[in-house]
Amino acid sequence: MSNAQTQSATDERIKSRSKFREALIRPELGGIVGTVAVFVFFALFAFDSGMFTSKGVLNWSQVSAQFMIIAVGACLLMIAGEFDLSVGSMIGFAGMMIAIFSVTLGWPVWMAILVTFAICLALGALNGFIVIRTGLPSFIVTLAFLFILRGFTIYFPQTIERKTIIGGVKDAAEGDWLAFLFGGKILTGFFSWLGDIGLIETFSRGSREGQPIVDGVPMLIVWALVLVVFGHVLLTKTKFGNWIFAAGGDAEAARNSGVPVNRVKILMFMFTAFCATVFATCQVMEFGSAGSDRGLLKEFEAIIAVVIGGALLTGGYGSVLGAALGALIFGVVQQGLFFAGVESSLFRVFLGLILLAAVILNTYIRRMITGER
Amino acid sequence: MTEDTTFHHGDPAPSKPLIEMKNIQKHFGSVIALAGVSVNVYPGECHCLLGDNGAGKSTFIKTMSGVHRPTSGEILFEGTPMSFDDPRDAIAAGIATVHQHLAMIPLMSVSRNFFMGNEPVKKIAGIPFFDHDYANKVTMDEMRKMGINLRGPDQAVGTLSGGERQTVAIARAVHFGAKVLILDEPTSALGVRQTANVLATIDKVRKQGIGVVFITHNVRHAMAVGDRFTVLNRGQTLGTAKRGEITQEELQDLMAGGQELATLEGSLDGTV
Ligand SMILES: Nc1ncnc2c1ncn2[C@@H]1O[C@H](COP(=O)(O)OP(=O)(O)OP(=O)(O)O)[C@@H](O)[C@H]1O
Ligand SMILES: [Mg+2]
Repeated sequence: MSNAQTQSATDERIKSRSKFREALIRPELGGIVGTVAVFVFFALFAFDSGMFTSKGVLNWSQVSAQFMIIAVGACLLMIAGEFDLSVGSMIGFAGMMIAIFSVTLGWPVWMAILVTFAICLALGALNGFIVIRTGLPSFIVTLAFLFILRGFTIYFPQTIERKTIIGGVKDAAEGDWLAFLFGGKILTGFFSWLGDIGLIETFSRGSREGQPIVDGVPMLIVWALVLVVFGHVLLTKTKFGNWIFAAGGDAEAARNSGVPVNRVKILMFMFTAFCATVFATCQVMEFGSAGSDRGLLKEFEAIIAVVIGGALLTGGYGSVLGAALGALIFGVVQQGLFFAGVESSLFRVFLGLILLAAVILNTYIRRMITGER
Repeated sequence: MTEDTTFHHGDPAPSKPLIEMKNIQKHFGSVIALAGVSVNVYPGECHCLLGDNGAGKSTFIKTMSGVHRPTSGEILFEGTPMSFDDPRDAIAAGIATVHQHLAMIPLMSVSRNFFMGNEPVKKIAGIPFFDHDYANKVTMDEMRKMGINLRGPDQAVGTLSGGERQTVAIARAVHFGAKVLILDEPTSALGVRQTANVLATIDKVRKQGIGVVFITHNVRHAMAVGDRFTVLNRGQTLGTAKRGEITQEELQDLMAGGQELATLEGSLDGTV
């Protein structure tokens, strides 16, 4: 028989691809291209706007870090084949719970934070449980929770304190060990040294004269980086990550292969809730208050960042690094336009254009990788 | 396929069946997909399931692999009653299945698919990580053995042809098939060489003492490797015949609906 030839180690029907091309064609390529484009754009047109001073960098880093925290959760959940539209309401709800527990009820802040985390993780599990049990699209189930949680977030402070904002968390959190983990700053010594040797700007007058304008890295940014690394390693380097892809790629096929699909999906709903609660806790510690309208529309911003980062809306494909870059693009464009003094309504125009361009590019890349037709 | 003659057949089956399916019924609402089917599989045998479209073959093996819970009936695995709530339970017991509608995920790479649900882990600093190097190596080796050259283990399954996907699924089931290997129409999309490969693989696996359940519409393929043949018709068994007790033509007639049943009763096992 003649099939001995086709059995040779290298198949003549497979075009050899360069290592460079192999390395380039990856899910986060769209995010990388977008990030470079955005930075080049602002470096060319808004370099003197203050966006690249230490204060400016801190500003857009913080905004991007916020997006990143919720994007990591939304990304893993989307790859597992589900959505969570209740993220924004969960942020408002979690913040309000912390404020009510610590200020209204006078609990120690660490306890308020821990109990809030427990409640929100349970709500995430409930979301997932309902989706799994009823077989309804998560879009609908979490839409219901979007309203339910927002309703409570407005109702509680109204009935308890007759207002929509509960303040005083900052005083309550003074010296609390767990509060520091969300509202503190690290590397302050390093930053004052940088200020001393003149590498970063310092205040030139006033009570803080000589101190650096940016005096440390907020824990918010640390959380963002830790969650991105955790999410990326979990997704690409572990067994569980393979289950996430499988659950979103084809739940039935995954189940038949022995993947515990229900457990994976419920855990991902809980992880999304965890990320939302981290966001909320950092925000409450920063502002010192919780408001009924916090977190509005955050679920969509998270989903946009994830999609810019190359994830497939229908699940089974995506990248946490891509989602993090999507969040960075989002943050830099939003704050960059602000620094450049561009009319804020134009931000939406930019966002729409970026979203469209990213999705077109990502679809093209994905087809190259997966052979979709 | 000259290898056919080298196949090893028909020794009397060893004493204890690996898996015994007793009077399995499965109803989907008002549809009676299985109306009491009994089949057993011995170690080292290839048990062929034949039957027309809609006869209930896939439904039957799905009760065996934990996808469906039977409406009634008993499953004995190595002599002890078992109820599989989940495919995981069946896999853990040692039953590997290649489903007719493939359990492959097109968006994922070949090696991720290959090890889906069975990921090899490597501990680094006490944390278990997915051992991609090992997974990639095994995947490439197993695929080469089946006569398929991949561009790389990270190639997405979506870029493979239908037959190549089926080959991945079979290679995977063989690799993990501890005691029972179920193949639901594995050869339906395959070319000549891949079919020969699959049949040779079934023979090899059987010789290792694994029980194989082989579903096919192709009587020639069944005759090539089968030790026993069970024909299903509209959710019922028409009987089980041993190799040598039934000819290809008779099997063909049975599959076509059992009109010739009367003339065949003598050659059947009497399990009708
Ligand atoms: N999930 C289900 N819900 C309702 N009816 C079903 C379901 N699965 C199978 N059936 C019905 O059960 C019967 C047997 O189907 P099954 O898939 O087992 O046939 P088969 O013998 O594998 O056929 P083929 O050779 O075409 O693969 C069919 O009439 C089918 O419509
Ligand atoms: Mg079938």
